[in-house]
Amino acid sequence: MSVIELKNVTYKYSAGTPFEAVAVNNVSLTVEKGEFCGIIGHTGSGKSTLIQHLNGLVKPTLGEVYIDGENIWSKDVDIREVRFKAGLVFQYSEHQLFEETVYKDISYGPKNMGLSEEEIDTRVRAAAESMGISEELLERSPFDLSGGQKRRVALAGIIAMKPEILILDEPAAGLDPIGRESVLSRISEYHKKYGTTILLVSHSMEDIVRFAEKVLVMNKGEVFCHSPTDEVFARQDEIIKIGLDVPQITRVIMKLRQKGIDLGSDIYTVERAKERILEYMAKGRIC
Amino acid sequence: MLKDITIGQFFPGNSLIHRLDSRFKIIMDIAYVVMLFTASNYLGLVAVGLFMILLYIMSGVGLRLVLKSLRPIMPLIAITCILNLFFIRGSGEPLLNIGGVIMIYPEGITTSIFMAVRIMFLIIGMSLLTYTTSPIELTDAIERLLSPLKKLHFPVHELAMMMTIALRFIPTLIEETDKIMSAQKARGANLDTGGLMKKAKALIPVMIPLFVSAFKRANELALAMECRCYRGGEGRTRMKQLHSGLKDYIALAVMALFFAELILLNIYIPYLGIPYMVP
Ligand SMILES: Nc1ncnc2c1ncn2[C@@H]1O[C@H](COP(=O)(O)OP(=O)(O)OP(=O)(O)O)[C@@H](O)[C@H]1O
Ligand SMILES: [Mg+2]
Repeated sequence: MSVIELKNVTYKYSAGTPFEAVAVNNVSLTVEKGEFCGIIGHTGSGKSTLIQHLNGLVKPTLGEVYIDGENIWSKDVDIREVRFKAGLVFQYSEHQLFEETVYKDISYGPKNMGLSEEEIDTRVRAAAESMGISEELLERSPFDLSGGQKRRVALAGIIAMKPEILILDEPAAGLDPIGRESVLSRISEYHKKYGTTILLVSHSMEDIVRFAEKVLVMNKGEVFCHSPTDEVFARQDEIIKIGLDVPQITRVIMKLRQKGIDLGSDIYTVERAKERILEYMAKGRIC
Repeated sequence: MLKDITIGQFFPGNSLIHRLDSRFKIIMDIAYVVMLFTASNYLGLVAVGLFMILLYIMSGVGLRLVLKSLRPIMPLIAITCILNLFFIRGSGEPLLNIGGVIMIYPEGITTSIFMAVRIMFLIIGMSLLTYTTSPIELTDAIERLLSPLKKLHFPVHELAMMMTIALRFIPTLIEETDKIMSAQKARGANLDTGGLMKKAKALIPVMIPLFVSAFKRANELALAMECRCYRGGEGRTRMKQLHSGLKDYIALAVMALFFAELILLNIYIPYLGIPYMVP
């Protein structure tokens, strides 16, 4: 069953003024339960705007949004319930921290859900643990942490609400390679452990192909394609044409193919490239 | 959303009104307000209204924006109307008399309409200045117009710089507030319902990150300004010079003509049978 369904969603900023801008244009889309979907697109292609539709932070100018088969803008739906179901972590989420201690900040979401003290405590500790925040950090002020630590606290703040759908807007932007790796692999582990549906916005093709099963490519407010990773990269040329990059290794393999060494067109991780090259060499076709 | 507030917002364009020297525009705006308060009868008010409509047509600012600028002051207009309606005592028989407590006279009705129209014209006319003049031009003009006060050691440049920075950062802060509010709403914050105390408490998660980032921004801006050797107004030159030309003097002359006509109207048709009241 699909957990998310968008029907002809269009969103305009500042509708009716000289500044009117169409950010999302007639998007229809379904996301299956348990899917790990990567969202990619050039700057200003409407990714952030699109994902804010999924928990009712913006109301579509036209079209409908269904979560779990329910139209979230129908009268008998409490929009806050939708927000607990679809947890959204913003771009630069560390700017939202406000409490005296990390513990209190993570517990803000669960508290808003009206859970019992014990339940809140277990959830906060579990979320902190899954994001690699040590016990000792929980009592520190969030303003004293490093950028990467703050980011993980913000993530834990959403994870503590145990959303069915976890939506992340560039969770690794602006972090160093180790910070990136730690944040992304923790998200991936979390996905494997709980089977949560995950939507991950990223500018890095490498990150997307490593973690996502399906890719949603946005171009100028429209969906360019939404399909399994393999199929997306079979359309390398078109993707490059709309101003996006394919993973570096895919480029290398493309160049090799132009030189007459065909290793297949479904290579976008270094691991797979290594396998193929070894196979190719084993067949004795090199040297 | 907070973004939809249009008072004080600038809408770029290339009309004659946009191109007038901002110093002249400020002076004319002040003259317009004086004119509005000089008009003591309906005919005068209609004249001012026509003048304003003419300016709006010339500026190309749409009707929707005009209506939008009025929305926030609707409560004020309503209160003025109600007060005038109930508290003005006329000379003749009241139109409505409920137990001698609530009495409505014809004079009350005419005055409250007069006042409502005047406030609307005031806001619409003043909005034209900010709609057609960029904040930078506006503060530049204020600095130039106030520059005689420098002789009295009044910190004109500092004041103008503060205004420039404040105006520059209002949209940024609004955007930031919007973002933080969204982020907290995503964590289930309830910002719209509940009593006053509850609402105030619910705003803490928005205010704290906002202040933190505003202070950080101020710090960074100060540092960046110092790095570029900013040291106050002494001997500072400008990138954009204000130029006044023939069109500005003509505009001023037209304005003066209108003013004269209005005064004549006031003298020759003193009342038009309508009482004139200061609110
Ligand atoms: N608050 C706003 N007001 C007006 N226009 C906006 C606003 N936010 C975004 N836009 C416009 O909507 C379009 C889509 O913006 P959006 O933030 O969704 O892009 P994005 O794909 O997330 O980009 P990025 O990769 O840079 O985060 C852009 O053209 C942008 O200029
Ligand atoms: Mg974005």
